[in-house]
Amino acid sequence: MIEYRSIGKTFADGTEAVGDFSLQLPSRTTTVFVGSSGCGKTTLLRMVNRMVDPSHGQVLIDDVDVATRNKVELRRSIGYVMQEAGLLPHRKVIDNVALMMRLKGASKKEARDRAHEVLETVGLDSSLANRYPAQLSGGQQQRVGVARGLVTDPNILLMDEPFGAVDPIVRDELQQELLRLQRELDKTIVFVTHDIDEAFLLGDQVVILKKGGEIAQVGSPADILAKPANDFVSSFIGLDKGRRTLHVEERNGTRIVVDESGKATGVLAE
Amino acid sequence: MSVLNDTVDWLGDSANWSGDDGIPHRLAQHLDYTALTVVIAAAIAIPIGLWVGHTGRLRGLAVISTGALRALPTLGVLAYASLFSGIGIKPAIFTLVLLAIPPLLAGAYAGLESVNRQTIDAARAIGMTEWQILRKVEVPLALPLIIGGFRSATLQVVATATVAAYIPGPGGLGRYLIDGLAVSDYARIVGGSVVVIALALVLDGLFVILQRVALGSRPSRTPTVA
Repeated sequence: MIEYRSIGKTFADGTEAVGDFSLQLPSRTTTVFVGSSGCGKTTLLRMVNRMVDPSHGQVLIDDVDVATRNKVELRRSIGYVMQEAGLLPHRKVIDNVALMMRLKGASKKEARDRAHEVLETVGLDSSLANRYPAQLSGGQQQRVGVARGLVTDPNILLMDEPFGAVDPIVRDELQQELLRLQRELDKTIVFVTHDIDEAFLLGDQVVILKKGGEIAQVGSPADILAKPANDFVSSFIGLDKGRRTLHVEERNGTRIVVDESGKATGVLAE
Repeated sequence: MSVLNDTVDWLGDSANWSGDDGIPHRLAQHLDYTALTVVIAAAIAIPIGLWVGHTGRLRGLAVISTGALRALPTLGVLAYASLFSGIGIKPAIFTLVLLAIPPLLAGAYAGLESVNRQTIDAARAIGMTEWQILRKVEVPLALPLIIGGFRSATLQVVATATVAAYIPGPGGLGRYLIDGLAVSDYARIVGGSVVVIALALVLDGLFVILQRVALGSRPSRTPTVA
């Protein structure tokens, strides 16, 4: 379990990224921080592996304050996947993934074998292993990023807008892939996004953030949709525009699901 | 035309290709001074440049001091240095080191600055130590620019090492220029210059190859459709 205890962060230039934030993230579930830019979601994520140290408060992993742990050791024990994948451009795909194993002291062969295995897990053809990152498409690079995050089999996976830079079709594919992986691997995932649909799709627990890391609402997607806490949440999740208020209409003998404005969004499964 | 002909004669004269004042010996001396200078300058400039580039600290100072060092008049420094260390090769090497530091320093810190911040952030986030980030990410990615620093430093030193002969003692290829000038032997002056130029061109070519090798098989940043 990851726990934020009354955490705050003011950067050296005086910007207050997070005011006072407390939350528990249950193990083996996906928690999604969602909000507009400047809501402190990335800052919150980066506090887990001490890429950002809080100005006050504590972050605990299984009741151990991360501040007491060596930064490098801590980061090696946590998977990290970021936007644009963050791969090393001068290393081949296989070496990018194996690097994590090498950092943990695995032998070259052990590291490579494991890297091949995990590349397969994320659905990458082994023929791509000897290419350089720049020779892959954005979606493929992102898969390598996920593979690198998973290669050491960490309990915690931090994902900072990992699918933000790929086109919608590939994003959809990657999201489904992540859901599949999560069913198999059961990690504690902390996921950051500004896309509420992505948050609802991936999150067991969704945290909607206002400016300064203020929690607008926490809950499962169903809870939030059923009972939005306030107007901010309603507007943020699109309830106020009628996008999520659906009803069934019969058109040409088929039962179509339409939103409040009458726009068709799907069909009703019988 | 006579100087040109005389120069060709001078270069072709077998007497000039042997002995202590022969071209091979002078060339070896010249290379010796150049290598010694670049090694000393690199030992000073590269660690500082890497530190400045990695930490981003004292960058302003590095920029100003490279500029200031570049503005130093070589002959003035040489004369001044020889007042302290006497005649011989020491003041010349000292002067040439001052000349070689700026391009090496600039190559190192500019090279590190050119590395994508996101790549470095990612390396840190996955648990690389600062030393590993420097050694395995920043230096390899900055290598073409670092070698570029060596390239311009070496060329400047090769060209300027001719002043070493200004002070009595050993002298490298500059001997031909300074001694030739003293007796108005233009063939010797031009011949010596030609050898210096040829040496500079050869070294420059070697550095071009080295820079290519540093890039390795790594492709450019343009992604290909896969």
